[in-house]
Amino acid sequence: MKRMKILAYPYSVWMAIFIVVPILLVLLYSFTEGDIRNLAELRFSTRSYERVLEPIYLKVIVNSFILATLSTLFCLLLGYPVAMIVARSNPKVRGMLLMFLIVPMWMNFLLRTYAWMSILSPNGFLNRLMDLLGLPRLEIMPGKTAVLLGMIYNFLPFMILPIYTVLSKIDKQYLEAANDLGANNARTFFKIILPLSIPGVVSGITMVFLPAVSTFVISGLLGGGKTPLIGDLIEHQFMWEGNWHFGSSLSIILMVMILISMAIMSRIDRNGQQEKNGQSKV
Amino acid sequence: MKRILVSVFAVVVLLTMAFTMSGCGNKVVLNVFNWGEYMDKSLLDLFEEQTGITINYKTYDTNETMLAKLEAGGSSYDVVFPSDYAVSEMIRKDMLLPLDFENIPNFKYVDDRFKNLEYDPENKYSVPYFWGTIGILYNENMVDDPVDNWDILWNPKYAGQILMKKDVRDAMGASLKRLGYSMNSTNDEELRQAQEALIEQRKLVAGYYGDEIKDLIANGDAAMGLTYSGDFMELYWDEDADFSHISFGVPREGTNLWFDTVVIPKGCRYKKEAEMFINFLLDPDVAYQNAMTIGYPSPNTVALERMRQEEPEAFELDGFWPDDEIIEKSDVYVDLGEYKSIYNQLWTEVLVD
Amino acid sequence: MKKTAVRIYMGLIFLFLYAPIIVLIVFSFNKTKSRGQWAGFTLEWYAELFKDRLITEALYYTVIIAILATVISTIVGTISAIGIHYMRGFSKNMLLNVNNIPVLNPDIVTGVALMTLFLSAGLRLGFVTMLISHVLFCIPYVILAVLPKLRQLNKHTAEAAMDLGATPSYALRKVILPEIKPGIVSGALMAFTMSIDDFVISFFTTGNEVSNLSILIYSMAKRGVKPTINALSTLMFVTVVILLLIINKKSEKGEELLL
Repeated sequence: MKRMKILAYPYSVWMAIFIVVPILLVLLYSFTEGDIRNLAELRFSTRSYERVLEPIYLKVIVNSFILATLSTLFCLLLGYPVAMIVARSNPKVRGMLLMFLIVPMWMNFLLRTYAWMSILSPNGFLNRLMDLLGLPRLEIMPGKTAVLLGMIYNFLPFMILPIYTVLSKIDKQYLEAANDLGANNARTFFKIILPLSIPGVVSGITMVFLPAVSTFVISGLLGGGKTPLIGDLIEHQFMWEGNWHFGSSLSIILMVMILISMAIMSRIDRNGQQEKNGQSKV
Repeated sequence: MKRILVSVFAVVVLLTMAFTMSGCGNKVVLNVFNWGEYMDKSLLDLFEEQTGITINYKTYDTNETMLAKLEAGGSSYDVVFPSDYAVSEMIRKDMLLPLDFENIPNFKYVDDRFKNLEYDPENKYSVPYFWGTIGILYNENMVDDPVDNWDILWNPKYAGQILMKKDVRDAMGASLKRLGYSMNSTNDEELRQAQEALIEQRKLVAGYYGDEIKDLIANGDAAMGLTYSGDFMELYWDEDADFSHISFGVPREGTNLWFDTVVIPKGCRYKKEAEMFINFLLDPDVAYQNAMTIGYPSPNTVALERMRQEEPEAFELDGFWPDDEIIEKSDVYVDLGEYKSIYNQLWTEVLVD
Repeated sequence: MKKTAVRIYMGLIFLFLYAPIIVLIVFSFNKTKSRGQWAGFTLEWYAELFKDRLITEALYYTVIIAILATVISTIVGTISAIGIHYMRGFSKNMLLNVNNIPVLNPDIVTGVALMTLFLSAGLRLGFVTMLISHVLFCIPYVILAVLPKLRQLNKHTAEAAMDLGATPSYALRKVILPEIKPGIVSGALMAFTMSIDDFVISFFTTGNEVSNLSILIYSMAKRGVKPTINALSTLMFVTVVILLLIINKKSEKGEELLL
């Protein structure tokens, strides 16, 4: 089976060209000063990195990590049950259910976010509904709650799909066995379903957390620009200020921080796997 | 299932080939790069009919993205529509071709007030396209003070009801002007004061928005917001909805006069045809039709006169046609050069707090 | 009891997912361009839709690129995921981390970096460069979707097949692929989703000839996004739903659909 790994070689070459080379370019920009369009005349400098250390940027990075973690957590809590329900539903409607979970994301992002603004804004549909019901108005937008909601909205399907794919297989065989052995539902879930679904959960978290950290636009439109995220600042550096050097340093720092947190994640994942293997032997 | 996939794929490939093939030929194709929804598109057909030149029309969302694309190169554009400060930045970076005004006789229709402006002092590179001001869009039902000064954006009475423009030049500009300084100030002390005022204002501001301010104010989500006069005109011309309670105040202390212009960037392949197109846009009939569609004041004197006859009420509005006195006191943005990053740093600090 | 709870929960989730879609559809029938008021019912935006040459062209490229990017990235992604799955140690971790980079990098960084790469390679920006970029950011999602399925795979099935004389490619097609199919399909779905909705990377990697819907819509932001776009989205949405219902009807006899 070892021979199978050659299947990854073409993609490795592709990644070297289209991912690694651009990243090296970004790395180069981050450590230099001067006209970005004239690579020969760039001068070495660590000034951009010194700037990253200024408290205001660290604060933004921390804010982004907190929001991304929260939205990942909510996506997991909301999405896991959905994935389970879909996995257990009648095979005839399963495909349909899944498609309908992702189709909203095919509508343009800007239009969807504008629609959320119309719903959540101070005088928006939600608050008019509250008025009709005689309930007090909600002050969600602009604010962090609205940003969080927008992020959960945009990333939820990316949590549901991978979890569903692993759950779709587990079900029957194991569950019946567990039931036969007299395990109750909660026990079956925590001892069998959850450990077996970890690979799906890991993929889901990766696909939600990584883009969530660097997301932009959502924080501007739903948060009223008062809590800029690192994605906003990076975009600002590249576009508005035209400072690719500083923008590059910010994204390199961001990348390093994310890769570190992913490494920690995968360690936990591996431990979980070992634990699971250990248990299955017992 | 497999069969469906294969046939879909085949159709896609065929269509792709059909489209790329149709692009060939020896016709002159003019690549026009403009803001989205910023031209009456039937005029493009008219120009194509009159001249036999094909127009490939593409759009961008901000001066900055357009600049980034043009600077990178890789694909050429023949006619572009940058705003004032972007024009001066493009001149500084040597990205523009001087216009041959022999080919643009209709330039004579352009109001003399709008020639040789700060961003293009000798008027070698640009022709004004539309112009306007920035000011305060407000809901008359929610504001009972006169909206004719910058101070109202700092009035604690409207705490949580104020929207600020999330744009470094506009926000810093408003703050500078309120303190009696130039919107193009490069005096560190003045900038520091302006930033301090913005930080102080932060607790009153409901949110910092860009293009969405117009819709938020129209929806009654906030009482007032700093924005372009064009946003107001958009609501004003709306025949189907009732926005009579939405007004636009231009501060007496003076404001920013903005200009969107037409230029020819370096790398243009058909300069003569590009100039023909610019000349076409300055034709009084064309300029009139375009201005009536877009709803902004035209710098073209003949077109403007016709607009005045057609829509006299609009000329009573500060948002469309500010007093000469205001214009006198107002500034046109110029490229800040080295100070660009200082402005940005100050503004980021305001936003991050 | 439990069934009702499940129904209510799924109902709420779908309400959450579709609330903005409903709003978006409602505004496509609004007489005024502004989202700040309801000015009466109209179909004029739908009529205008077909007159706008920019929209039809952008729609065309959006769909073509999305389909091509999905097909290519699903095939390449699946094959690569299998390869990565059978790797061990450092090289596996390395590949996985590099694979994550397009997912974690802000779009703007990916966009300008790719643009710089294409230009320094002397490529003309346009359809091909945009397609490459879309494939680039789609593959990681396919890999991330397929890998969990591979980890679930019984290690010994394929080996057993090969012991019984199956060639590796036969084992791959007959043993591995059917098992990981749900992962492939959800990977393809995510790839399509990413591609059809991309603005920033597309803007920087395309040239003056090719544009997509996102570029068109974002460029309208300054003057206000016209409800023609809402009308277009509504039509796209309705088309997709009808297609789904037809496929579902047809496959009901054949039991399991895609997933």
